[in-house]
Amino acid sequence: MLVSFLTAAIQAGTPLLFATLGETITEKSGNLNLGVEGMMLMGAVFGFQIGLSTSNPVLALVGAVVAASLGALIFAFLTVTLRANQTVTGLVLSIFGSGVAGFIGQKLAGKVLPNVVKNFFKPVKVPLLADVPYVGQILFNQDLLVYLGYIVIILSGIYLYHTRKGLNLRVTGENPAAADAAGINVSLYKYLHILIGGALCGLGGAYLSLVYVPAWQENITAGRGWIAVALVIFATWNPYKVLLGSYFFGGLDIIGFRLQKFNIRLSQYILDMLPYVVTILVLIAISLRRSKDNAPPKGLGEPYFREER
Amino acid sequence: MIFRIVKRAELSKKKAIAIRAAAIVLALVAAAVFIFALGRNPVDVYLSMLKGAFGSSYRFREIIIKAIPLTITSLGIAIAFKMKFWNIGAEGQIFMGAFAASLFALHFRDMQKPLMLLIMAAAGIIAGGLWALIPAFFKAQFGTNETLFTLMMNYIALKWVTYLQYGPWKDPASFGFPKVANFSDNAILPKVFGIHIGWIITLILIAAVYVFINRTKKGYEISVIGESENTARYAGMNVRKIILTAIFISGGICGLTGMIQASAVNNTLAVEVTGGVGFTAIITAWLGQLSAPIIFIVSFLFAALLQGGAYIQSAFQIPQAAAQIIQGTILFFVLGSEFFIQYRLVFKNEHPLKTKKEGA
Amino acid sequence: MNRRAFIQIRGITKTFGAVTANNNISLNICKGEIHALLGENGSGKSTLMNVLSGIYSPDSGSIFIDGKEVHFNSPKDSIKAGIGMIHQHFKLVEVLTAKENIIAGQKGSFFIGSKDLSRKIKDISEKFGLEIDPDKKVYNMSVGEKQTVEIIKVLYRGADILILDEPTAVLTPQETKRLFDILRKMKDAGCAVIIITHKLNEVMEISDRITVLRRGETVGTVNKNETNIRELTEMMVGRPIDLSIKRIEKNPRSPALQVKNLTVLNEDKRHALDNISFELSAGEILGVAGVAGSGQRELCEAIAGLYPVAGGEILFEGENIVGKNPREIIKMGISMSFIPEDRLGMGLVASMDMVDNFILKEYQNQKGFLIDRRPARKKAEQLVKKLDIKTPGVHYPVKLLSGGNIQKVLLGREIESNPHLLITAYPVRGLDIGSSYTIYDLLNEQKLKNVAILYIGEDLDVLLELCDRIMVLCEGRITGIVDARDTTKEQLGLMMAGEAISDGIGGGL
Repeated sequence: MLVSFLTAAIQAGTPLLFATLGETITEKSGNLNLGVEGMMLMGAVFGFQIGLSTSNPVLALVGAVVAASLGALIFAFLTVTLRANQTVTGLVLSIFGSGVAGFIGQKLAGKVLPNVVKNFFKPVKVPLLADVPYVGQILFNQDLLVYLGYIVIILSGIYLYHTRKGLNLRVTGENPAAADAAGINVSLYKYLHILIGGALCGLGGAYLSLVYVPAWQENITAGRGWIAVALVIFATWNPYKVLLGSYFFGGLDIIGFRLQKFNIRLSQYILDMLPYVVTILVLIAISLRRSKDNAPPKGLGEPYFREER
Repeated sequence: MIFRIVKRAELSKKKAIAIRAAAIVLALVAAAVFIFALGRNPVDVYLSMLKGAFGSSYRFREIIIKAIPLTITSLGIAIAFKMKFWNIGAEGQIFMGAFAASLFALHFRDMQKPLMLLIMAAAGIIAGGLWALIPAFFKAQFGTNETLFTLMMNYIALKWVTYLQYGPWKDPASFGFPKVANFSDNAILPKVFGIHIGWIITLILIAAVYVFINRTKKGYEISVIGESENTARYAGMNVRKIILTAIFISGGICGLTGMIQASAVNNTLAVEVTGGVGFTAIITAWLGQLSAPIIFIVSFLFAALLQGGAYIQSAFQIPQAAAQIIQGTILFFVLGSEFFIQYRLVFKNEHPLKTKKEGA
Repeated sequence: MNRRAFIQIRGITKTFGAVTANNNISLNICKGEIHALLGENGSGKSTLMNVLSGIYSPDSGSIFIDGKEVHFNSPKDSIKAGIGMIHQHFKLVEVLTAKENIIAGQKGSFFIGSKDLSRKIKDISEKFGLEIDPDKKVYNMSVGEKQTVEIIKVLYRGADILILDEPTAVLTPQETKRLFDILRKMKDAGCAVIIITHKLNEVMEISDRITVLRRGETVGTVNKNETNIRELTEMMVGRPIDLSIKRIEKNPRSPALQVKNLTVLNEDKRHALDNISFELSAGEILGVAGVAGSGQRELCEAIAGLYPVAGGEILFEGENIVGKNPREIIKMGISMSFIPEDRLGMGLVASMDMVDNFILKEYQNQKGFLIDRRPARKKAEQLVKKLDIKTPGVHYPVKLLSGGNIQKVLLGREIESNPHLLITAYPVRGLDIGSSYTIYDLLNEQKLKNVAILYIGEDLDVLLELCDRIMVLCEGRITGIVDARDTTKEQLGLMMAGEAISDGIGGGL
């Protein structure tokens, strides 16, 4: 019972994992992109549409990534090059993204994905590891995108904390003026990581429409983009904690349904509040501890202009 | 790079308006490409959007009805933003205002109409204010980040109203359909000139907020805190108290929106009661430069855009989502245009003083 | 010096909006020299060096390095050309370690291996006599340590052209000496060193050649050996100037302010002020000397009711005001004025106009909900005339005024309230010499009116000439309270470094 719950929690957490990691990387560059929901929706709809029309699962994922990155590109251009207000631009991106998704998706409701695509995303056992009792079933009998989730988390961790480029990224987000003076191309780093962030949000959306649901339904993300924004704080901008947080919130997402089987009656709507309540508690805890190391990037939300006096 | 970016010294009002107007024109051109790709004639679509927005007195009334919640909520948000308190929790404050108003509307069905409405309005204001006060308290006390806090509060409020609608408040008479029972007639705002009385409230609030920000001590204190908390403390202001008061007012105004919408538009509590106004109003408040009269103009134009968009849906069978895309495009362009109001591009080898003729 | 110029700056012009910061500036710098860039505040020194380090792009003019013309589109290009700048406001990331700050932006292996880097950092440190723990986080560092990180950062890049912007402003005399030793070593190693400063003594001590800037233009370049302080001052200001400040001799009357055993803790719960006691009389100017961050800010803000007090008493005309906030202090009828060092961040509201800034202190005395701006408007107009404030009008945002005029607005507003106690923190910082003397005159005028004045200063010469007594702070403790008439700069320097003068002359204890 517990094994099946945890297995499902990981699946429910995977779209969150991609989106949260994406937003973490974006915020590490000093940009707060509140357009996660919009970018996820764009990824979801393009992934599904391309999967449907080409029957090629890889192309579907690529399409999702490209579409969401284009959304991120609009954000990057407005906030980095034109220094527009990040909060407002992110919100507009969410409106825009849901418009795009709604527009393309109106003809997709009720359509069924080709079997090639469906089969591609069936759970695959990892040799040897899957045979470890309990753990193997939970962690290593999953679909390919769950595994991709593990990989991107580890890669991001290494990138951020053990490479020069990652260091430069952290410097950019903390203090763009210092980064600039050190010869780091601030705009390039911001653009690049906003785009990577968008790409990951696109993957998160595609996971929903191609694997998790898998079908098209209006507003398929159902607020997960906002949970991702919350999760970034929960994970204190640390990719490894993003993994734990996403699966934890994934678990919260499905627990109400599971509890019904035990005749525990707790409204799903009340349970749905939990991720947000938990996030608020984390937010308060951070401000109480005033820890310098778990704080948001110092330059978050501020545009950078070299010649500011 | 061929260009350099140079900060403008000062810009005349005329030129600033010209830049914004140019942005809107460019946005319309960009959207026209999109409409053309849909196989429609952009000029026709735009003309009918205009017709759809202003073509009849009914449609004009629809604009007003859409502009009311947008303006009021923007005003509430503007007070918080003026203090650099990034309240993006209007959505939640509207929900809680609507919830509190409904609490009375549903439980005291036989109360006298004026008293009922007054109590509902008071409840809405207090509930919205208190809901905003929670993040404000933590901000004032511990410096907790209010942007993310207020954002989270929106979803808690949404889930709460959803819970009520699908759970304990579900109308038994609705045959299992998840819907809260309609208010009785005495809980519904009266109409004046065919539009619910909210438009009068809106006009009063515009004047009140304008005076509040520009002419009162509290408004002055809010502006000082927005500029620098240190200066405020230096001048002997009780920063904590002012933050809490201002945010209570900000949330209260948003809560009033909730009461008006629940009473006059939805006639009950529903998850649709906000219509996303809490988020849209952030955009209109920002574009309205936090100034009450400009907010009114921006909100009105935005409502016209929404109404025009709704009309072309039926006239051209352009889906609602397409209208959303057009909206997003226009907003992107307007946001981007602010850059050109603050900065200028100068050719690399050009002397900026020689080309500079505008401003001071 | 007839060596070939290594860096040639030709005809640099740079404008910000309507302000011309650099106007057709030319300058040559050689290898193996320490070149001082001297000028008043606002003369364009920092702007010029920011152009040389690629942060600002000039409107016109050209730069040659080793005979080749260079075009800097970003700091990256200037780093490549061997230029390293140590900014006045350090460009460090607080949450990262010294090592991470040093290697940021550097080319090298994809992964950060730590052993090699630590060794290389150590090598550089030893070569120039610098001390640093590579794994210490910047937020745990003192100002001196942070500067060391900045220097290593530049050296690590292999820079052979070093620019230091006001590097001694935050250092003790000892640290300054150590810094100068390091600079000499660099010079001997063949580097070109440019040091921006407005302190004439330092210029005479460290530099080989001196270029003076005034109002964005080059006045001239002179050899150190062929000039003197008086000539340099004249070049800086543009006219011969009497640098002496008159001290009004006056018999101080009863004590206005008594501070007894005051202890203040900073945010990290460390002692910002440790059990300090002193008295200040009406009609007296008490100077406060000390290295930046010795507790000056906390002292001012504690007296003004802006900083929590952990222990002790602050008696103002006999009444204890500890635990009162500024509002309550004003309500008690205590008229105290505080000119904070952060003028636009604390004393004034930067984006508001003069009228709204004048309301700041008095709106609370008005009755009702509404604000009446008319009295403030009248006052502002009077002050503009009285202090000759250069502004397009009383409705012009104060942040757009020049530094001197901003200070006149602030000081003028405070004096207008007829205070009995005036606390001024670095009142002439960032002001040109003319404006500085206006401020000294205003303070003396107040002294004549029997106002008690606490003067936090950084220029020891000014402190010695203007004040009656000088109190020296070091790490939150008083190391001496001396009579300004019979004290030397050297004695002050020693006390600033922590050497207590036990038999303080004329002390308040």
